[in-house]
Amino acid sequence: MAEAPEDKKAPGARQETGDLLDARGLTKRFGDILANDRVDLAIHKGEIHALLGENGAGKSTLVKMFYGSLEPDGGTILWQGKEVRIDNPAAARALGIGMVFQHFSLFEALTVVENIALALPNPGNMAELAKRIEAVSNDYGLPLNPKDFVADLPVGIRQRIEIVRCLLQEPQLIIMDEPTSVLTPQEADRLFLTLQRLASEGCAVLYISHRLEEVQRICHHATILRHGQVVRECDPTKETAGSLAQMMVGSEILGVGSHTKALSAGEPRLGLKGLSAPAGTPFATALNDINLDVRAGEVVAIAGVAGNGQGELFDALSGEMRVQPGMVVLDGEAAGARAINWRRKKNAAFVPEERLGHGAVPGLKLSQNVVLTRHATKDGLIEAGMVSLRKANDLEKRIKKHYDVRMSHDDPEARSLSGGNLQKFVMGRELDRKPGILVVNQPTWGVDAGAAALIRQGLIDLAREGSAVLVISQDLDEIFQISDRIAVISRGYLSAAEPAAQMTRERVGLLMAGGAETQGEAH
Amino acid sequence: MRLELVKRKERSASMAVMSPLVAVGLTALAAAIIFAISGVNPLVGLYEFFIDPLTERWSLEATIAKATPLILIGCGLAVCYLSNNWNIGAEGQFVVGALFGSALPVLFPSFENALTLPLMLIFGAVGGALWALIPAVLKTRFNTNEILTSLMLVYVASLLLDYLVRGPWRDPDGFNFPESRIFSDAATLPDVFGGLMSLATPITIVIAIVLAIVLAKTLKGFEIRVMGESPRAGSFAGFSAKKLTIFSFALAGALAGLAGTMEVSAALNQLLPSISPGYGFTAIIVAFLGRLNPIGIIIAGFVLALSYIGGEGVQSGLGVSNEIASVIQGLLLFFVLACDTLILYRVRLVTRKVSATTGEPSHV
Repeated sequence: MAEAPEDKKAPGARQETGDLLDARGLTKRFGDILANDRVDLAIHKGEIHALLGENGAGKSTLVKMFYGSLEPDGGTILWQGKEVRIDNPAAARALGIGMVFQHFSLFEALTVVENIALALPNPGNMAELAKRIEAVSNDYGLPLNPKDFVADLPVGIRQRIEIVRCLLQEPQLIIMDEPTSVLTPQEADRLFLTLQRLASEGCAVLYISHRLEEVQRICHHATILRHGQVVRECDPTKETAGSLAQMMVGSEILGVGSHTKALSAGEPRLGLKGLSAPAGTPFATALNDINLDVRAGEVVAIAGVAGNGQGELFDALSGEMRVQPGMVVLDGEAAGARAINWRRKKNAAFVPEERLGHGAVPGLKLSQNVVLTRHATKDGLIEAGMVSLRKANDLEKRIKKHYDVRMSHDDPEARSLSGGNLQKFVMGRELDRKPGILVVNQPTWGVDAGAAALIRQGLIDLAREGSAVLVISQDLDEIFQISDRIAVISRGYLSAAEPAAQMTRERVGLLMAGGAETQGEAH
Repeated sequence: MRLELVKRKERSASMAVMSPLVAVGLTALAAAIIFAISGVNPLVGLYEFFIDPLTERWSLEATIAKATPLILIGCGLAVCYLSNNWNIGAEGQFVVGALFGSALPVLFPSFENALTLPLMLIFGAVGGALWALIPAVLKTRFNTNEILTSLMLVYVASLLLDYLVRGPWRDPDGFNFPESRIFSDAATLPDVFGGLMSLATPITIVIAIVLAIVLAKTLKGFEIRVMGESPRAGSFAGFSAKKLTIFSFALAGALAGLAGTMEVSAALNQLLPSISPGYGFTAIIVAFLGRLNPIGIIIAGFVLALSYIGGEGVQSGLGVSNEIASVIQGLLLFFVLACDTLILYRVRLVTRKVSATTGEPSHV
């Protein structure tokens, strides 16, 4: 990078307590791609160190080398001044490095204490372990009941289990990957207190996040990665969210031009009328009397913490779960009992949360994944039962170009794309149809800032052309950025949609924490 | 030093072709070791087993005749396996198909005209399909495990055959031997090329080619591949897993039943207490060795048929037990499945490992 070395070490209020972990020149190569290119990173004792970067910048690769799940191709890691080789996660834990993953590795059918015992090298007596869990979790303000079954617990609590599991091993460094992405604002606040407490006790935290606001709030120091290289180190409290974002992306991010005002109250195009559905499995959420209208020209967002019925609601909307005919109305037609392709023919489109394995087939090429959702629409992909590979290819090229899907070679298998690029593809596949009704679950989950702006702009533009857009999201920044009205889902109940201008984060947070439920039960 | 499997980003196209070849190579190596243990010169053993049957016209024809049912059954099984339906009961579907197909010549021996043979083939296919639908319906209705139900029905079918040939369907002029009456000419599949091969071979090749086109080019083929790899994405595409389970079992059963009918009509010309040297099980190996691709299955069917003929060859020529054919077939399936790992993973040799905690070389 072009920056002069002295530019890299911005002076900050950083405590000089000595290096806990010092990585020098770490390099990791995957095929032709340098995921990490001579990365230097020093973490001090007792600091909350932010690791910032777009998707694909190499953050995960870097921390996986610290946690022993990847082996560096070059460079050295010094732990408390001594060179170490971290072969596997057990070795990392033995050193005192713990990690809380974005996706939890918990067994739903087991209790809290059983899950934790499984991860400890010598768990000992279960009753004693349960006592220790209770003590440690209360001590750090993350209370847990060791006898609870994981399946019954909301995501926020599940994260606590992971954190407490780390804490029980008395780590000196905790790596956290996007910890607040599954929390309500109130739960996140509580987590921040815990992190600050840990830091004050001398434990270091390596904090990976996209949310610049929280990085500014709690982090002492930040390292910014771009294309596998360290581009800057800085004191986040001395930067603005805008300047941090600029360092991450390397250029000005396109502002999402949302408020070319919504057309004043168009016709309702998508309606939910008393939508109720029982939980299909013990781990699913029942939907309870959900009412909502999405009108032509507007973006309506459904906020909520993961696992509160979003997936079930999406399935009822798409037709993967059938309900009573009148419960889902598409352009005035009862659609609740109709199949997904009937709805697609009515010009509705759907983008699920899970892009690999639901929105796309991992082992199929992108052009074949185009056929997945568009074989029944008026694209002429199927002629007399035969799939037209030429037309599928043309569509794939068009989507790739319009939505900036980057790939290492032409028409690769879906599984080889990075999360952000695949999301651009599955979004682009539906936006390209110019659907009259679009339902999206987590449109920019795990997508970098540049791509997220592109996707959000696409959603707004589609609505302004007269479509009804329903976005289910956990990202409050996104929701406030793009939506005209906001509703909140909690335990399968939906609050009434209110104009975004009148909503505050606090109010959304309260509705998430159960307010939607009482409101939903009231009417 | 240790070996590590590293996941590839995409399926390796070259390994997809190489994997069955490597598997055949490893099987030959293992077979050589077994020959050596049995006190036979391994090179002679391998020659007698794999090469000698190819050197004479009659044994080549016998190999093709044996390959025919394997290919036909394997094609149907490929559709099942591609769509994630684990039909292990083709042997039973083969037998029941043969029973349905034989009903006409056994019960109505005087019905002899141009319709006899086509009707037999249709009955055979229908019988096999019905037998295969039992595990399919059990799976879709009651969520039973189709591996168990389809496998168990094999034994039911074999015993049913045994009962019929020893009881009600026994040849009245057959001196109490457990066999049905000999089929009339009208019920016999004509020979082709004047030798050991019957019309079954060209019919099978045509079916395999049609199926290859269906799988590669049509929406149905797309549905089968999507459902096998990712049922959730399949339902997002609007495909029904249950309908596909019914479809794939019915198709596999029909092809196995057709193979069974053609076998009794052409090769045996009557029903016997046992009509298959395990074709339905060997076809599982054929399907995987052929990469679940009908064209690949044609080649794989020939390779496996060779093992039957080769087994007989080494028994008569070298005095090694015929059972070696089953052993080699089993080894082949084992190596095929193992080598398939290399399509999505690559092997890496890891040296220079020092443990993080102790500084000692680690022994993992």
